[in-house]
Amino acid sequence: MTIEDIIKPENLVYKKPDLMNDRPMHYCPGCSHGVVHKLIGEVLEEMDVVEDTIGITPVGCAVFAYNYLDIDWEEAAHGRAPAMAVAIKRLRPNKLVFTYQGDGDLAAIGTAETIHACNRGDSITIIFVNNGIYGMTGGQMAPTTLEGMKTATCPYGRNVKLNGYPLKITNLLKELDGTCYVTRQSVHTAAAVRKAKKAIRKAFENNLNQKGVSVVEIVSTCNSGWKMTPDQSNKWMEENMFPAYPLGDLKDTTI
Amino acid sequence: MSEEIKLMKGNEAIAHAAIRCGCDGYFGYPITPQSEVLETLMEVEPWKTTGMNVLQAESEVAAINMVYGGAGTGKKVMTSSSSPGVSLKQEGVSYLAGAELPALIVNVMRGGPGLGTIQPSQADYFQTVKGGGHGDYKLIALAPASVQEMADFVGLAFDLAFKYRNPAIILADGVIGQMMEKVVLPPFKARRTDEEIVKECPWAAVGKPKNRERNVITSLELDPAVMEERNIHLQEKYKTIEANEVRYEEIQCEDAEYLLVAFGSSARICQKAVEVARAQGIKVGLLRPITLWPFPSKIIAKYADQVKAMLSVELNAGQMVEDVRLAVNGKVKVEHFGRLGGIVYTPDEIIEAMKTKIM
Amino acid sequence: MAKIKGAIVVNEERCKGCQLCVVACPSKVIAMSKHVNSKGYNYAYMENKDACIGCASCGIVCPDGCISVYKVKVD
Repeated sequence: MTIEDIIKPENLVYKKPDLMNDRPMHYCPGCSHGVVHKLIGEVLEEMDVVEDTIGITPVGCAVFAYNYLDIDWEEAAHGRAPAMAVAIKRLRPNKLVFTYQGDGDLAAIGTAETIHACNRGDSITIIFVNNGIYGMTGGQMAPTTLEGMKTATCPYGRNVKLNGYPLKITNLLKELDGTCYVTRQSVHTAAAVRKAKKAIRKAFENNLNQKGVSVVEIVSTCNSGWKMTPDQSNKWMEENMFPAYPLGDLKDTTI
Repeated sequence: MSEEIKLMKGNEAIAHAAIRCGCDGYFGYPITPQSEVLETLMEVEPWKTTGMNVLQAESEVAAINMVYGGAGTGKKVMTSSSSPGVSLKQEGVSYLAGAELPALIVNVMRGGPGLGTIQPSQADYFQTVKGGGHGDYKLIALAPASVQEMADFVGLAFDLAFKYRNPAIILADGVIGQMMEKVVLPPFKARRTDEEIVKECPWAAVGKPKNRERNVITSLELDPAVMEERNIHLQEKYKTIEANEVRYEEIQCEDAEYLLVAFGSSARICQKAVEVARAQGIKVGLLRPITLWPFPSKIIAKYADQVKAMLSVELNAGQMVEDVRLAVNGKVKVEHFGRLGGIVYTPDEIIEAMKTKIM
Repeated sequence: MAKIKGAIVVNEERCKGCQLCVVACPSKVIAMSKHVNSKGYNYAYMENKDACIGCASCGIVCPDGCISVYKVKVD
């Protein structure tokens, strides 16, 4: 059997979702954002809810997510996506309203909006990409930067006396009565990606079933910011990020 | 049906008018002297009748971004606050203007700078008409001088906001917000259906159907050529608004030798000052800008050929006077009279100021 | 016994050469081309064609959605 015999439409088992258009993404090689974008596209396609979906992009590397997934979007001011999502959900309760936010957006400048949206309990979904660094602005310290981790604004490593402690915001959010599902996932292996996809699917279903706020944290890499190869970044993440941000469901009231 | 005349505060009139004009959502945060807007809405519970949403946000920043989010889906949404709170909202206001979203912001001004005072002031004129946030943008700014106008301008501001896809602001002050007057509330107008919104706002992010491209609400553009185009488009839109939407009131101006220029609560006091001054034989008129932007420059320029001098009367250290001077362009003397810190002038003080400053 | 045969098609222009597919492949099918695409990236390709089992791990971890995966059962 030749390769040509295998490569036929009827034998196709995997391709990027149609919802992800052909525009080249601006992300660095190996960036986790692309995988998370794909998962959102796959889940929305499988649920067949594009006509009822409104996404909100953050300020940060994912600011241009709206260029890559063919759904309706609103681009937020830095950190304000959850406030926007709450309003949209109140005004259009039957829509699937989700935010896509990084650690700086969600856990630094937007902390108040995040906490109050999670406490209010409107059925929105927050996709939270945590790579422990500010990617877009060039690798500065994030609220989730690990102790000792080097960034452009803590070049000798995060010193907790100087910079405070890494903010485990997802742990905080799970305590709030408005959240129904809080989970921490990753996308560094095929198995992890499959799990993350299930989590996003569940979060989007909660959204349409008016269950409350679902938070899906994706512990991610930023190989450019971390100054490693993509593969090294994944290994570093497993060794250093996962102990601080252990994977798994933190809360699920929908079972 | 006979008209429904009620006695209420200006802030209450804003709330009732919002419900009646088909507003879809109000997002606010308490601050003196405008908290009655949110309080009234929560008491009336319009979600049970018209379906209008009302939400007390965690901050003014959140509230304006709720407005931004809702406006992006084509809904008729608003917020209200007072000066320090409006300063916080400037981020969202700039985004609304940049993304060309229709929305209504109400500022019931108090004195500043900083926490200032809860007493009335008109010191946010610059912030309102010169761009309080970043970037080259304009807000359609309406200045009510009565409780009736507080009610009437809600619907008008929304109409203008949607006509031009531009945020509009009602710039009132603590006097207009807190005082009670009789008011005829506008008739109830139904909220638009989702189908009507899609028709009126084809740009809105409501969920992408298969037969159109995705809609993206954004103010971001990194290609400088495209960004310049966008900015030129905004400026052209502003020129259209300047050509079509100037509103003002002329009071005893026909034979005036002196002209007072004042807006909002100051205009009410000036109206009395005109009456008293005319009884003393001084031929003075009052020009009241109703739209602070677009500013009634042409009519002021016309009066520069008629009167000997003008006095811009404002509860601030001299802000609108700059626009009056620009309109007059040196033809006659233009001076400013104001009080600060929440003190409101009397008609006699205004006449005295006229005599010492421009006569 | 039925045998699984797989193949991948890489969108060479879209590939940024991150090599995550190389790491993810359990059968060591993928290598990086010596050639570069128009952006200057060495792109992924099937070097060890016969070893592919069509598991799609490469496609799943690919951040840029460059890889389509095909699979057939061979009797």
